[in-house]
Amino acid sequence: MPRTEGTYKAQRAAAEGKAPEATKGKKVREHTKMVPVPNDYIIPERDAGKVVLECRHLGIDFGGLHAVEDFNLTVGKTEIAGLIGPNGAGKTTVFNLLTKVYQPTRGTIMLDGVDTAGMSTDRVCREGIARTFQNIRLFDSLTVADNVKIGLHNQIACTMAEGIFRFPRHWISENEFQKRALELLDVFGMADNADDIAGSLPYGAQRRLEIVRALATNPKLLLLDEPAAGMNPVETEELMGNIRKIRDDFQIAILLIEHDMDLVMGICEGIAVLNFGKIIAKGTPEQIQANPQVIEAYLGKQGED
Amino acid sequence: MEKLKSMSHATRSKLITIGMVVVAYFVMTGLMSAGAVSNSTIGLLIPICAYSCLAISLNLVVGISGELSLGHAGFMSVGAFTGVVMAQMLDGVIAADPMRLLVAMIAAAAMAALAGFLIGIPVMRLHGDYLAIVTLAFGEIIKNVLNNLWLGYDGDGLHVSMSNAAALNLEEGGKILINGPQGASGIARLSTFTAGVLLILFTLIVVMNLVDSRSGRAIMAVRDNRIAAESVGINTTRYRLMAFVVSAALAGMAGALYAMNYSSIVPKKFDFNTSILILVFVVLGGMGNIRGGIISATLLTILPEKLRFIGDFRMLIYAVVLIGVMLVSNNEAVKAVVTNLTSRFRRKGSKKPAATAVKGGGENA
Repeated sequence: MPRTEGTYKAQRAAAEGKAPEATKGKKVREHTKMVPVPNDYIIPERDAGKVVLECRHLGIDFGGLHAVEDFNLTVGKTEIAGLIGPNGAGKTTVFNLLTKVYQPTRGTIMLDGVDTAGMSTDRVCREGIARTFQNIRLFDSLTVADNVKIGLHNQIACTMAEGIFRFPRHWISENEFQKRALELLDVFGMADNADDIAGSLPYGAQRRLEIVRALATNPKLLLLDEPAAGMNPVETEELMGNIRKIRDDFQIAILLIEHDMDLVMGICEGIAVLNFGKIIAKGTPEQIQANPQVIEAYLGKQGED
Repeated sequence: MEKLKSMSHATRSKLITIGMVVVAYFVMTGLMSAGAVSNSTIGLLIPICAYSCLAISLNLVVGISGELSLGHAGFMSVGAFTGVVMAQMLDGVIAADPMRLLVAMIAAAAMAALAGFLIGIPVMRLHGDYLAIVTLAFGEIIKNVLNNLWLGYDGDGLHVSMSNAAALNLEEGGKILINGPQGASGIARLSTFTAGVLLILFTLIVVMNLVDSRSGRAIMAVRDNRIAAESVGINTTRYRLMAFVVSAALAGMAGALYAMNYSSIVPKKFDFNTSILILVFVVLGGMGNIRGGIISATLLTILPEKLRFIGDFRMLIYAVVLIGVMLVSNNEAVKAVVTNLTSRFRRKGSKKPAATAVKGGGENA
């Protein structure tokens, strides 16, 4: 069911008062106070009691391989969380489990208190999980505006017959689509590119458009799969600003996979480290940086010989 | 003229296509009333209209939805026989021929849509080559079912048999409507050129409006990237099925138009070759390019007739022309010349045209 929570501007106005303050500093990072939640994990103090995602004992097997095993994670409603780990650790598999590209073999996923068991990918999106992809997946032959409008698909109603025979609702909904698509693009300064073909955009803009499209689905949780891949430090810095902006303006949770440690340590509040399909460490950036198991996973064992 | 320039690209393209059909209609009627058109050409007008509609409707599946369907003639035949049966049963009930044709076409669309829906449910579980092969199989199944279908009409109503005409047990004076492999005969020739052009316009408007709407965007999203479409909450199976059913319904109407241009029609006419023929129209006109589909359907319907004078070499030349067109239209040098020419006719300061032409898909109807 489409959740009608008004336009983006209304959301932003509503969010104005209670926006978290941990976002002003550029270089000097303010530390979010983290509090424990029942299942051995932590979420930001401001989200206490407000959990958007809870994975319990999540697991999937491919043949005999336990690709992901006993995965437990909790994300607060306005948290920026990170999922890191060496290549092949199973990070993208976790995303595919959350979005039901794969159905989990074991365990449960609770999204804002709703068990997503048995849901299809498109259903999970309607329930509130949006994502971007490691290898960009845009609707290449369509315009930038159309890409966003497709993201808005479930937000604005109009049946096929109404569209074919041009009922009044078609025109009303098309105006709404156009207005909201431009509003969303404007947040990322892409409104001028609205009529360009998505496939012809430069790489960085394509990445941004993918995020805008995901946001258009009005998610509660946004999954970003290596958003900084292929970006230079300047672009990464800009991206970090954008991710914070999304969280503050839209008041949603963000879970990101990333190899760029400056980005992860710079904006993530809670971090989970995955290796060989298992979580080996969870905690704040400081705890993760000091964790010997994490260092071992990334760099190998120390001082054997 | 100024108003035309200020319109969006999609709207302008739509109006150009519709204008092209209307102009062609008035030119042809003008020439016919002046007696400047040979009888053999007049005989081609309704098939051209029917094939144009089929090309437009198949374009919805192949170009817009991105699925290769090889069974389109099946839906055409469902529509053709439904239309013929309906028209015969309404003989005497509805006096006005155009009205009778209209009702028959609506029935044809409904029946073909039903067939499209039933076939679509299993077919839409598949993708790519598998889907193509299964649609081919369903096309043949429809043909063979109709080959073994006897339908009669008497005082008691409709009689159906799958074995032979005698099994219908018709009363004295009952009429056989569909006679197995011999198909339907004694068809009232209700189709007219005007009806054909109106059907083209209807088909065009349905398809072009669909493409330029919320549902159309969802269909094109599934074509461009199915995984991404799912990830933004689009029920991909549903939208692919929608495109398939609409396309089948439109093909059914075209089939009814086609059948009611002849006094008899056999199921064998709607075989694999006809499906391929329609696909050739679409591919030659450019996938997703609706205007191109109409033009290629017209030319490729006329061509074999105009080549009759060379007798047996006719189909050989036809094939050579096809290959020639494909080679020329994909030649970079020729493309450059065409882009150069068209850009001169476009308004100054517009930066769009080159981009929309890139993939040949999407909105450039």
